[in-house]
Amino acid sequence: MFRPSLRSSLRSLHRTAPSTLLASRLVAYRCISDDVRAKLQSAVKASPVVLFMKGTPAEPQCGFSRAVVQILDLHGVPAEKMQTYNVLADQELRSSIKEFSEWPTVPQVYVNGEFIGGCDILIGMHQSGELETLLENNGVIPKIEDSASSEAEAPASEKATS
Amino acid sequence: MNNLQHARNSPSSSPGPVEISIREKVIMLTALLQPASITITNDSWQHRHHSAMRDQENNGETHFSVQVVSDAFEKKTTMQRHRIVYSALSDEFARGLHALSLKTKTVAEVAASGDGRS
Repeated sequence: MFRPSLRSSLRSLHRTAPSTLLASRLVAYRCISDDVRAKLQSAVKASPVVLFMKGTPAEPQCGFSRAVVQILDLHGVPAEKMQTYNVLADQELRSSIKEFSEWPTVPQVYVNGEFIGGCDILIGMHQSGELETLLENNGVIPKIEDSASSEAEAPASEKATS
Repeated sequence: MNNLQHARNSPSSSPGPVEISIREKVIMLTALLQPASITITNDSWQHRHHSAMRDQENNGETHFSVQVVSDAFEKKTTMQRHRIVYSALSDEFARGLHALSLKTKTVAEVAASGDGRS
């Protein structure tokens, strides 16, 4: 349901996947610079929900990334409260985010600047109901009340950071 | 009592170097976690078409599922549990392990979920 607005809000990031896996492996374990760390620190806070994924929400390039997009979509996370980064379009991001989060795989989800986890954790939290509570408590989605307002509040101004 | 299961769903008949290495690390994990059960599944064949996998030389050993049941996970969040397993496998990630799907439960959680496979 949010898919069309989600799609339109995204920069057209998707390019062909770089085939320099070897290069990414060589840099995977170096220390990221303070500069890169500072950039990532602001990137994870750029939006209430930040998702580092392979591909874009409209065209995920990996089943795990697709699953995370679908779960966030299912919970009605509004496009203007979510920023996604395609790690396949940026080799430096791809290796540095792993070190930054101290997490070896992508996708990675941040809520209000805090690392939540990857696909398995999101699925687990979705099933247990923790994800809904987390998103509600962080003001990402409205709390469901008895006289339910069905949709998200008025959209905030859109921002696209890269 | 440790009941180690090594399931292999891959069409290839013998484990490759990455899988062998994961097995060795699992033995380390065994000392660390005293797990009630560990199951390793090689899912790489499901991801052969994956764009990022096409020019990987170890195409057959990129995606694994690992299920660990251990009481050492008691009072730890899912993220802490996953970090324990991830940190034990950092060499494998450096060598091209690409995706690791983890299920980390305590014995009591497995019993409660009725999903007992030990």
